[in-house]
Amino acid sequence: MVVELSAVKSVSPWQTHSVRIVSVKAEIPGVMTYRLKFVDQAVGNSFTVEPGQFNMLYLPGYGESAISVSGYDPENNELLHTVRAAGNVTRALSRLVVGDELGLRGPFGQGWPMETARDGHLVLIAGGLGFAPICSAIETAVQQSSRYRRISILAGARSPDQLLYGQQYNLWKAAGAELRLTVDRATSQWSGNVGVVPLLVNRIEISDPATTTVMMCGPEMMMWYTAKAATERNIPAENIWLSMERNMNCAIGHCGHCQFGPAFICKDGPVLRYDKIASYLKIKGL
Amino acid sequence: MESENKYLLPKQGLQDLILALKTAGYLVIGPKIDQEAIVYDEIESIEDLPRGWTDLQAPGQYRLKKRDDDAYFGYVVGPRSLKQYLYPPRQLVATATRDGQRWEFEAIENVDEKYAFIGVRACEIAAMRVQDRVFLEGAYVDPLYAKRRESALIVAVNCTMAASTCFCTSMGTGPRCNNGFDLALTELADAFVIEAGSEKGEKILRDLPSSPVTTADLDQEQKLQQQAVDQISKTMNPVNLREDLLANLDHDRWAETAQRCLSCANCTMVCPTCFCTTVEEVSDLTGDNIERQRNWDSCFDIDFSYQNGAIVRDDVRSRYRQWLTHKLATWHDQFDQSGCVGCGRCITWCPVGIDLTEEVAAIRGNRE
Repeated sequence: MVVELSAVKSVSPWQTHSVRIVSVKAEIPGVMTYRLKFVDQAVGNSFTVEPGQFNMLYLPGYGESAISVSGYDPENNELLHTVRAAGNVTRALSRLVVGDELGLRGPFGQGWPMETARDGHLVLIAGGLGFAPICSAIETAVQQSSRYRRISILAGARSPDQLLYGQQYNLWKAAGAELRLTVDRATSQWSGNVGVVPLLVNRIEISDPATTTVMMCGPEMMMWYTAKAATERNIPAENIWLSMERNMNCAIGHCGHCQFGPAFICKDGPVLRYDKIASYLKIKGL
Repeated sequence: MESENKYLLPKQGLQDLILALKTAGYLVIGPKIDQEAIVYDEIESIEDLPRGWTDLQAPGQYRLKKRDDDAYFGYVVGPRSLKQYLYPPRQLVATATRDGQRWEFEAIENVDEKYAFIGVRACEIAAMRVQDRVFLEGAYVDPLYAKRRESALIVAVNCTMAASTCFCTSMGTGPRCNNGFDLALTELADAFVIEAGSEKGEKILRDLPSSPVTTADLDQEQKLQQQAVDQISKTMNPVNLREDLLANLDHDRWAETAQRCLSCANCTMVCPTCFCTTVEEVSDLTGDNIERQRNWDSCFDIDFSYQNGAIVRDDVRSRYRQWLTHKLATWHDQFDQSGCVGCGRCITWCPVGIDLTEEVAAIRGNRE
């Protein structure tokens, strides 16, 4: 967990940049996806982000909230953030409209290992709002689908109306990805699976576990059982990656809030390798 | 020869040192009696120093007592440490100012204070280096810590006595100051032995009324430094400490300690390496001028692990475990060293006298 000195940044990590809301899309009740563009084009031009990283969105007077990047358009310097209005900051954000400005610090953290997974079978697994960070991996993967032998997307939610990104499913399938959905509680129109996300892992074909990479994000309990299901299908623990969440305040590993055992989720994570954290996952109150 | 760098400074020479530092533009911070404790504070002259006083420390106890001599530094360590100044309890880190429909964001990059610290002990230098690792040597540099740290001048004092709570010898941090200082003093009966540890220190030393040391002075210095070593009675074996703790995250002792721990956060406030903070929004009445203020926080605070409507560490057991395992175990994973320097502050200032060395011994199963 010791970082390289060469990564030292000269700009103050506390510098916030202005971003403008370009569009707002209602995803599911209480959850919006914001398209954000840097007000200062020079800042936008120098900005790069990896799938799985996060930004601190800042509403002056309310504070910051760590929100994962669910999409990035480098040509227009536009970022996508899917946010549930849950706390002070995100509720204040939900009151903003197109054209309003807010602050952003970032990007922070370690993202998905898209390069490491190359040439293999990529299994992307999302539970609930955990779909947001997985979405950035899906978008990156389907845009470069020839880089992967196969792409499987497994996603679950409590009920069909809680499933995110429904409008993108056909695009992902058109790019050759396999998509399997599950819900805890079905409705009469639902034709997909019913049951918890880990069960989906047993439904897909895994021809070569050694070259299969699993990336997942969702509630910790879901990830625990999903990782277990994946290892039972002989996928090595070091090929399984989890995006973890803890309360992030500074995002730079200086405030201590987001510690999870030896990891600072903000800088060592949020994406962490299963074998490195497995022993800590089931310890209550860690 | 070690003695080549050492000189004898008369006791009154300390006043010349303080004046020289003030003249050089330093804000001089040294030991001072405040609210019945010896704490770091701004000092004007040697009159401010706790001359003739000592501190008696034990788990949950700190008392000042008159010494039977006039020693300036005849005490051990107080509740404050250098982090009070290098990483202050309240710090403005950024501002947001409304400009019509827009916001201007500014990060604070400059600080004016240039500190000279007098009376810094070996364990405190070690603690400063632990914080250096956190704020200067990782992926992100804290610009304010960096500025204060770079401009700071350290006048160390070698301990000549120890408290019952000291265990720097176990942690390999003291009691002698080997490096990390600009000047170091050892207080003899009638004078100080002074040595420079940097060019900055050498330059100041050149103008002080010093004289050559004699073999007798050096013998006395050696004897007094050994006295501190001999007085240290507390131990904690750092070998395999990380492994021993991480293998025992479900040990019954955590729940037992939680019966005594008040989760008051005193240990984290007095710890010279604890660095947890929370940034708070401080707004004026118009809401147009926001100050982002970084305040010391503590893993013992119930809100510290709040996330998504729930508290991750929702009992004292998990909070005490977080503190101890971070300090002594996972700090190694994060920063390649222990977060503990053996100063004993957390033991002294714990209202119920919880002693981390005893907790470690209990978890290791070698309770005395």
